[in-house]
Amino acid sequence: MSTFADTTFTAPEQIRNFCIIAHIDHGKSTLADRMLQITGVVQARDMRAQYLDRMDIERERGITIKAQNVRLPWTLDGAQHVLHMIDTPGHVDFTYEVSRALDACEGAILLVDAAQGIEAQTLANLYMALDRDLHIIPVLNKIDLPAADPEKYAAEIAHILGGEPEDVLRVSAKTGMGVSELLDEVVRQVPPPVGVADAPARAMIFDSVYDTYRGVVTYIRVVDGKITPRERIRMMSTGAVHELLEVGIISPEPKPSQGLGVGEVGYLITGVKDVRQSRVGDTVTSERKGATEALSGYREPQPMVYSGLYPVDGSDYPDLREALDKLQLNDAALTYEPETSAALGFGFRCGFLGLLHLEITRDRLEREFGLDLISTAPNVVYRVVLDDRGELTVTNPSDWPEGKVAEIFEPVTKCTIIAPSEYIGTIMELCQGKRGQLGGMDYLSEDRVELRYTMPLGEIIFDFFDSLKSRTRGYASLDYEESGEQASDLVKVDILLQGEPVDAFSAIVHKDAAYGYGTRMATRLRELIPRQQFEVPIQAAIGSRIIARETIRAMRKDVLAKCYGGDITRKRKLLEKQKEGKKRMKMVGRVEVPQEAFVAALSTDEPTGKDKKK
Amino acid sequence: MPGSALSGLGQRPFGVYVHVPFCATRCGYCDFNTYTPGELGSSASPASWLDGLRAELDLAAAVLGSAPPADTVFVGGGTPSLLGADGLTSVLDAVRGAFGLAPGAEVTTESNPESTSPEFFAGIRAAGYTRVSLGMQSAAPHVLAVLDRVHTPGRPGAAAREARTAGFEHVNLDLIYGTPGETDDDLRASLAAVLEAGVDHVSAYSLIVEDGTALARRVRRGELPMTDDLVLADRYEIIDATLRAHGMHWYEVSNWASTVDARCRHNLGYWLGGDWWGAGPGAHSHVGGVRWWNVKHPAAYAKALAEGRSPAAARELLSPEDHALERVLLEIRLVDGLPVSALDPSALPEARAAVADGLLDAGALDAGRCVLTDRGRLLADAVVRRLT
Ligand SMILES: Nc1nc2c(ncn2[C@@H]2O[C@H](COP(=O)(O)OP(=O)(O)OP(=O)(O)O)[C@@H](O)[C@H]2O)c(=O)[nH]1
Ligand SMILES: C[S@@+](CC[C@H](N)C(=O)[O-])C[C@H]1O[C@@H](n2cnc3c(N)ncnc32)[C@H](O)[C@@H]1O
Ligand code: SF4
Ligand SMILES: [Mg+2]
Repeated sequence: MSTFADTTFTAPEQIRNFCIIAHIDHGKSTLADRMLQITGVVQARDMRAQYLDRMDIERERGITIKAQNVRLPWTLDGAQHVLHMIDTPGHVDFTYEVSRALDACEGAILLVDAAQGIEAQTLANLYMALDRDLHIIPVLNKIDLPAADPEKYAAEIAHILGGEPEDVLRVSAKTGMGVSELLDEVVRQVPPPVGVADAPARAMIFDSVYDTYRGVVTYIRVVDGKITPRERIRMMSTGAVHELLEVGIISPEPKPSQGLGVGEVGYLITGVKDVRQSRVGDTVTSERKGATEALSGYREPQPMVYSGLYPVDGSDYPDLREALDKLQLNDAALTYEPETSAALGFGFRCGFLGLLHLEITRDRLEREFGLDLISTAPNVVYRVVLDDRGELTVTNPSDWPEGKVAEIFEPVTKCTIIAPSEYIGTIMELCQGKRGQLGGMDYLSEDRVELRYTMPLGEIIFDFFDSLKSRTRGYASLDYEESGEQASDLVKVDILLQGEPVDAFSAIVHKDAAYGYGTRMATRLRELIPRQQFEVPIQAAIGSRIIARETIRAMRKDVLAKCYGGDITRKRKLLEKQKEGKKRMKMVGRVEVPQEAFVAALSTDEPTGKDKKK
Repeated sequence: MPGSALSGLGQRPFGVYVHVPFCATRCGYCDFNTYTPGELGSSASPASWLDGLRAELDLAAAVLGSAPPADTVFVGGGTPSLLGADGLTSVLDAVRGAFGLAPGAEVTTESNPESTSPEFFAGIRAAGYTRVSLGMQSAAPHVLAVLDRVHTPGRPGAAAREARTAGFEHVNLDLIYGTPGETDDDLRASLAAVLEAGVDHVSAYSLIVEDGTALARRVRRGELPMTDDLVLADRYEIIDATLRAHGMHWYEVSNWASTVDARCRHNLGYWLGGDWWGAGPGAHSHVGGVRWWNVKHPAAYAKALAEGRSPAAARELLSPEDHALERVLLEIRLVDGLPVSALDPSALPEARAAVADGLLDAGALDAGRCVLTDRGRLLADAVVRRLT
């Protein structure tokens, strides 16, 4: 549908740029849906839930991974306005998406689920917005829910933000109640963008996406001057000059336009094929009479978690490489380099923003590219100072230096946990076990607290979140951000099968946790690895010191003993299936280890579904 | 039926299998093609089944042309004894009518202990049956309960004695071992009951938890523990040692007999690549490298035959590779093993390695045969995988 907002070069005073930020699942994308509908850019018949969650994986998991911007028309008191709204993800792994979205806005809707209250990412995102001096509009969502307690949570919000509980707007993104009033408030409260219209063009790249059909699509917000399709542009970091094939807006599908003026948000297509040539954080200017000073850029997202990805079938290695190349086009945060594992063969050591990012990437590789993958236990980045003062960055336990280590540094995080106060004791106990140091504690309301800890990242990515959730019956939320490093007493624990170390199972852990890791892995593997025709010892070791031991007893029975009468076909098929199963085994020395054993042993959940006990 | 399949017919032993798809109740572990009256409703009955069977046997005789007389007949189930002596007499008459019986033919029927009696055995003996196979499973009441068996612990032994009194020289008892809750001593007591019954044949199967059975659901829900493989291996060794001590020797991994004559010739036909026609719902047949099987449901079976159509559901022509694999898979399980010539030459080093690992008998291999050792019997599938 076409509206007045389809015409660009709107006067800045008529423009409002804002994003919706919240904790995961508090209803950002659903609120965005209502805005698309109420402003008329999406017709009822074209509507689908979480319209802006365009990726398959987003739709399947019901979460937003990529921020999405849309240009909306809104008329208040007879004046036509253009709103650039950005829906952001809520999960901690995608915080950098939020931070980029915030940089393109003057205001933010802080959305809070009226049945849950403020959660850890609510605060994290709020503080990011405040850091950038954005105007915050606090809004309670889901007031249609019977469990909603808007009074209580409005008070929580007022307590955090200052202001009065009555100032907190109340909406239901599901029913649409309160949404048009909210849009009115956006126009009233969010300051219009400021920029110099006749200055040389400067536009900030806040996203850059590879599209199979159109090549790289670059999302920009114009700060000064204007960008028009007739002019060539220059990337200020590299000086590279590109032809402009198209300039447009998203509303909610891409629409080509005459160009973009001060404060406007839209996209460019230049024909480049690699997102690295159109880097997020770079400044775009016009080739002729361009700007000389770039806008301040973004900090590139740094991988926090590393894991090895290996094809189950070694011959898929080239396909895995190609798939990673493709994924990286759209995911600047994903890094990878080839590595070899004695147990798993050829693969890649990949860097991720967090465990969800890892999981999603793996999932996409498997489904979109038809690969079958094994991922090794995730680890963080260690800085190892050697006795000779040499230094080593370790992203893979296999690269851990033997001996001659003077000091080891591990990344630490500041984390925020929000939970009902009845769980304080439990949480403190858990955090202590994870080497956490309590930094402070605040009551958000009578019965809800915020706990602040400093904790090694390595502990968080292990199984911290799962333990936290299960010990608080799902009520606790967690947010964390990097916060430097600390010297720690870390060791590498190796797992040996029949005396052979299996590199894929090695882990770097705090020395006090080594025994726990060793016994847990040894027991797990004993459960997961089927009996062989000989006895197989499983050992956990630090260097040459054995810290745990288990034994897989020799198999004595491997024969089908049932009367199948004349159904020989069934017998043959069973055997063929057994043989197929053997092919999927990885050999570690003489020991046949099923793929599933690697997968299950390396997953953070307890192995389940085993019917074998010794 | 391709002509090539028929070419050797009559040179190999020829058997007839008849499948009786009826049971009074369904045992929780059983995934055989069998139906209770409640499951069938009015869609099929023993009477419609018998009509179908007669039609199929006539069809068989026509398809096979000058069919040889049957060397072996095996009526299995399901519960053939539910048909009663008269029903089983009609079945055997139908087989005789279609193919005739070779002199000295072995004619077996399976029977459930609870649906047999001295009169029943006398009746089928008179009809021409020569062998009876009884589903005993266990002598322990709590094991029978887990297996949903409805007979009393003493009934199978008594039935076996009744059969012998009625003139049956060859009587088999089926055992299941490794049922959750069974102890070594329970198994020893079952073996004592078998020996006391004086039968000349025993089949012992480790309980298999088949997908889709009530047993599988109970195991999945954690109501019943699965028996560990090491325990199953111990139990097998108890069975083998006990039977051997009483003069019964293994001739197939799960089968023991007191003399060569007591071995089940019909089953040997399956294992040695013989020809047989399997009649009845879901029955499998093999003639000269072609395998086929019938539709499973008795109603579909009866309908096909009533309309003059073949009840076959599907068939497969064995490729030379399938055939070679099947030979290894089946013959290795026999006491005489498999001739080395039946192996792919590339498997010879593996055969030697299996000797070194104590799975194949060294002397037998030197003499040109792959024969499982005692340990090898329990690891037969692993041996087959290595040799194929
Ligand atoms: N009852 C009710 N449910 C709502 C409302 N708004 C959202 N939901 C539901 O809350 C769930 C999460 O909604 P989303 O819009 O995907 O939440 P989100 O904040 O975008 O989630 P992420 O992008 O993953 O952070 C969905 O099941 C929605 O249907 C509301 O106002 N009322
Ligand atoms: C064709 S069956 C049926 C015979 C007869 N209806 C009876 O149950 O006595 C022959 C034998 O297979 C064995 N059997 C059936 N199901 C089994 C299973 N799931 N695991 C092991 N043996 C099984 C039993 O010993 C049974 O007696
Ligand atoms: S009686 Fe025999 S065939 Fe019938 S259900 Fe039980 S085991 Fe199966
Ligand atoms: Mg969302």
